[in-house]
Amino acid sequence: MSAPAASPALPAAPVHAAWLRLCHWANALAVVLMMASGWRIYNASPLFGFTFPPGWTLGGWLGGALQWHFAAMWLLVANGLVYLAAGIAGGGLRRRLLPLSPAGLGCDLRAALRGRLQHPQAGRYNQLQRAAYLFALAVLAVLAMSGLVLWKPVQFELLRGLLGGYEAARRVHFFAMAALLAFVLGHAALALLVPRTLVAMVRGR
Amino acid sequence: METGFFSRPRPAPLAPAEEAAALKAARGLLAARLPSSRRGFLRRLTLGGVALLSGCSLRGDDGGDSVEQALMAISRFNDAAQGWLFDPAALAPTYPGSMITRPFPFNGFYPEALAPVVDEADYQLEVRGRVADRRPWRLAQLWALPQQEQITRHICVEGWSAIGRWGGVPFADFLRRVGADLGARYVGFECADGYYTAIDMPTALHPQTLIALSYDGQVLPRSYGFPMKLRIPTKLGYKNPKHVRALFVTDRRPGGYWEDQGYNWFGGL
Repeated sequence: MSAPAASPALPAAPVHAAWLRLCHWANALAVVLMMASGWRIYNASPLFGFTFPPGWTLGGWLGGALQWHFAAMWLLVANGLVYLAAGIAGGGLRRRLLPLSPAGLGCDLRAALRGRLQHPQAGRYNQLQRAAYLFALAVLAVLAMSGLVLWKPVQFELLRGLLGGYEAARRVHFFAMAALLAFVLGHAALALLVPRTLVAMVRGR
Repeated sequence: METGFFSRPRPAPLAPAEEAAALKAARGLLAARLPSSRRGFLRRLTLGGVALLSGCSLRGDDGGDSVEQALMAISRFNDAAQGWLFDPAALAPTYPGSMITRPFPFNGFYPEALAPVVDEADYQLEVRGRVADRRPWRLAQLWALPQQEQITRHICVEGWSAIGRWGGVPFADFLRRVGADLGARYVGFECADGYYTAIDMPTALHPQTLIALSYDGQVLPRSYGFPMKLRIPTKLGYKNPKHVRALFVTDRRPGGYWEDQGYNWFGGL
């Protein structure tokens, strides 16, 4: 945007457009808020034989955690819809995350295991990256849908039936959270290993 | 979770020593489960929260208060969103008797032994506010009204749920019978254990909202809210008051024991 307009050489387009970077960091904030408050909500009635350390949670008590959770949900959903709309309308979503094929995925997976997987150009994704980002999008969709069922099990009857009822939706919500956490940890670790990707997501290039 | 607190305990059947012990236990429970009042919760943000909000002015009380106020404002917005989403014709799912949770959990902020003892002979249900006929009701009069049963899922704000069987008078029938202003916005409840809460009129008129007088075919036991509770399967448990001794119809939004501490006011499912 600040590049000189009349430069004869191709002004390098940003790897990530400003709107996309904004969406990415808004989503990161929403996910952290949702997860930390969600852990506190989980602790009020643990599904499994453990609780999250209170120091990792947000809200201080159940009522506070619920306020954070049901505030951050608007950010998560609104931002997610903006991202999807812009990504679909602009074609970026398809261009960057597709095509994805089992053969390509297997090939890149083998390369990765041998330590030879390339990510030569920021913004051009190999098959593993595409799979990981599509996985994160799918998991976020499952989190939103199971969350809707937990929030409004009576009003969203169809969705409730699809997820197998209120109690099943609690488990779906939990395991989707765990899957997203796994993605976030891997994603953050790789971004730190290849810092220029992190810089590109902040400054655009 | 329907809860009350013991501002007005009626521990008639307890010996003084027992009572003292029970009260002590109850206070311990309160201290453990309510680690912070509404004031305190932002100061207990802990690691995650502090790291997140270090950019905000959370150092002083003012910063904490403004975050708290913003969260409360969003909670109000969520009330409106839920009112808009609420479909008066959408029914909560019902279940076969074989799926009833046994034993159905006791819910309260006091040990079961401190549940209020309400004497049927003294009991009167007060009816106040925007209602044509404000005569109080005796329990027998409530029992004389046409009854209905439901096996529905009680969902606690904590996340757990349990299936139970309640019987009683459809609340909409009762409101029409006493000539309540059905255009009013809220119905509030006051309970024998000091608990209080309120619901919106569309939920009050929902076909599954009951003045529950029985549980699983028996007179509603003391633990579950004798002599009557509101059973509202479209609301979270804390919106299902037990031991109700007064109700009122109003346009001014009443608070609630939990709602005043930060639970969402609408609390709908």
